[in-house]
Amino acid sequence: MPLDRRAADAVVWLLLLTMPFWLNWIGGYTALGTRVVVLALAAMSLNFLLGFTGVLSFGHAAYFGLGVYGLGLTIKYLVPSSLAGMALGVIAGTLAAMILGMLIVRLRGIYFAMVTIAFGQVFYFIAYRWNDVTGGDDGLSGWRRLPVDLGFARIDILNSDSALYYWSLFWFAVAVAIMAALLHSPFGRTLLAIRENERRARFLGIPIDRHIWLSWVISCGFVSLSGTLYALLNNFADPHDLRWDQSGDFVIMAVLGGMRNFWGPLIGAAIYVVLQDYISSQTENWMSFIGLLFVLVVMFFPRGLLGMLRRRAAP
Amino acid sequence: MSLLEVRNLSRHFGSLVAVNGVTMTVEPGELRAIIGPNGAGKTTFFNMITGFFPPTAGRIVFDGEDITGFQPARRVWRGIARTFQVTEVFPELSVRDNLRIAIEVASGYRLRPFLKRDAQTEVKARVADLLEISNLAPMADRRVGELSHGDQRATEIMMALALKPKLLLLDEPTAGMGDQETYDITQLVRKLHRDQKLTIILIEHDMRVVFHLAERVMVLAQGAVLADGTPAEIAANEAVQTAYLGQAA
Amino acid sequence: MTQLILFNVFNGLIIGAFYALMALGLSLILNLSGVINFAHGGFLGIGAYLAFTLMPFVGFWGALILAPLATALLGIVVERVLINRLYGRDPLYSLLLTFGLAYILEDGTRYVWGPSTLPFSVPTWMLSPLSNEFFFLTGYRLFMVMLVIVVVAALFLLLGYTRLGMRIRAGTLDLETVSVLGVNVRILRNLNFGLGIFLAGLAGVLAAGMLGLQPTMGSTLIMPSFVAIIIGGLGSLPGTLLGGLLIGAASGITVVFWPSASEAVIYVLMGLVLLVRPRGLLGEEGRF
Repeated sequence: MPLDRRAADAVVWLLLLTMPFWLNWIGGYTALGTRVVVLALAAMSLNFLLGFTGVLSFGHAAYFGLGVYGLGLTIKYLVPSSLAGMALGVIAGTLAAMILGMLIVRLRGIYFAMVTIAFGQVFYFIAYRWNDVTGGDDGLSGWRRLPVDLGFARIDILNSDSALYYWSLFWFAVAVAIMAALLHSPFGRTLLAIRENERRARFLGIPIDRHIWLSWVISCGFVSLSGTLYALLNNFADPHDLRWDQSGDFVIMAVLGGMRNFWGPLIGAAIYVVLQDYISSQTENWMSFIGLLFVLVVMFFPRGLLGMLRRRAAP
Repeated sequence: MSLLEVRNLSRHFGSLVAVNGVTMTVEPGELRAIIGPNGAGKTTFFNMITGFFPPTAGRIVFDGEDITGFQPARRVWRGIARTFQVTEVFPELSVRDNLRIAIEVASGYRLRPFLKRDAQTEVKARVADLLEISNLAPMADRRVGELSHGDQRATEIMMALALKPKLLLLDEPTAGMGDQETYDITQLVRKLHRDQKLTIILIEHDMRVVFHLAERVMVLAQGAVLADGTPAEIAANEAVQTAYLGQAA
Repeated sequence: MTQLILFNVFNGLIIGAFYALMALGLSLILNLSGVINFAHGGFLGIGAYLAFTLMPFVGFWGALILAPLATALLGIVVERVLINRLYGRDPLYSLLLTFGLAYILEDGTRYVWGPSTLPFSVPTWMLSPLSNEFFFLTGYRLFMVMLVIVVVAALFLLLGYTRLGMRIRAGTLDLETVSVLGVNVRILRNLNFGLGIFLAGLAGVLAAGMLGLQPTMGSTLIMPSFVAIIIGGLGSLPGTLLGGLLIGAASGITVVFWPSASEAVIYVLMGLVLLVRPRGLLGEEGRF
């Protein structure tokens, strides 16, 4: 591993580990930091597929939302346990991805994008319409996250913001470490191969559809993990978390930071979350500004921030 | 037993007949060239052997097994590798990684989330081997996309070789190259054929390359076999001269 | 019961015709430019609200024509300034751009016309049922169907028999050849985009008469048009038309038996179609 990349990794982890200590000092608050970490996990998971397999999914909100609702419904109706909620949320999202994945892996490019967007809406309408259980348009409320009891230790994520932050960061770290390891494995290199040149990859003997399916399931699985954390953070499940606009937000985070860079989506998510937090506190018309951000990124920073920096650094 | 047996292979695109009842056998260790004017159906013929698309009619038997209905990946696993008319590599990755991916896939590691140390060493050694054979070692860590056309083509051929194929199909390996590059690639192909006893079929337009390399030449014209024989026989064949060589000269 | 089903199927087909109108515009743009226009719903909203503003001055019929034209003009400008720079690049970028535009257009209508629902009045004779037997058949619904039929017929005539239309069709099949033949592809795509947005604007006026005006109307209506295109098959306009009618009928029938599944059912239908025929009902192999 080159030295500068190892240094970058160290800086990123150091900043994340110390965030609750300096975030307030620069005008943020701990819950905002948690939001960054959770949504960054979603954007990085999406980028596993988008940036490192080259498959354009615009429907990741569905699996994110399955995580959100999976956790909320579990805690509200089944077991009063945050961990059980997380487990069921991830299982729900991953299973749905496995099944729908089989229908879509043969599709490519904009066709894939369109079908993923459209399929995502099924779950939105279920959440929206199944009033008695999901709370419909008002969202699923009337439940709260619960302290995590590990037997030997109790983590009070309910009352301590920083406990929740580190709980989220722990899962972020686990997921990100797994994704990084996969990308540096033979399997991960077949994904890069598919991104780079599908035809060549196929005629090297890689069964493309199967590998894309695996990448899709891994990506959606981790997105649903981030969804469960998001539900813990909000103590609430919002049908909007399942809607197609949420998918677009994930994509713009990845692109904004730089989707060819492993940490790009983290940077993108941080900028996006902070910007949205600030703008929505200033004006009712924050949607226009977010829309404008999309347009500006596409027109002027298509490679994202890290992509630009790298380009400038290279002679 | 022949390595490859193609029987009455045809392909139609709508009303266009691109390949019309071609029969061919290739023996192990042979180096066969396919020539013919543009639009003769050479690449279409290759595409059917490698499974790019299925034939409209006919059978393909490889190494004693009927592979006519196989997916491309399965044909690769059986031992058929190819290069393309327009070089197909992984442009954003280094030469080393391009080769490494091919080797790992060929070694059956494609789904591995990690590799044991000895497997890693073995892969590394094979990468070094291939770099050595092809003289690509000096640019091993450069992105393939920034290399010269000839070096990109050499990378592509070495990736195909990394698959340890029984049969290598090269689609116009010297297309669009200058004299020096053409010479280098010709030498490389010759070396592979001689040292590795590799069976090779190549489509080629450059007659110097064809007559320098091939032991047998098949001539396609309008989708059908016009002639099949040694280079000397082909050069003397009148039908070929009028249909093809005549134009070129 | 039979009458109820009949009513809902008919109702569904009307809605389907409306989806088809919207989806045809999307399809036109997708086929020639390879752009999934997320902002289509936003343009639909603009068309609806413009009609609302114009109506006091030019009446219903005037607004019906002028509002879509004005929307199309806006579309042409947007294509000229922004979208045309993204042709030939990774489709990711045009998706993101039109996605951002959708946000801006929706929020823009909210800013200009306010967030609450506004009524949209159609001529009174359209509101009454045509007969007692077919109580569900109001004049407005009949008018919608007639209008969609006329517009679709006009669209297919335009594509089939005019120079512009033939160029659009030829460009859809092989843009490179068309440009070699001396057609200015930039202008062709620009006009084609305008044509697609015109249909969106028209659909907007119709939707306003049916549902009233809301800033979010576009973003709720765009997904069914996506589904219509996918079911019909990418690249096929008749397919899109068929897809629109099918999802309309499907959700119409579902309303009778299981009202809360009436939205989700079209996605199930889409899944079934993809399972059996991945390129869609009338889609060509290998186009996308």
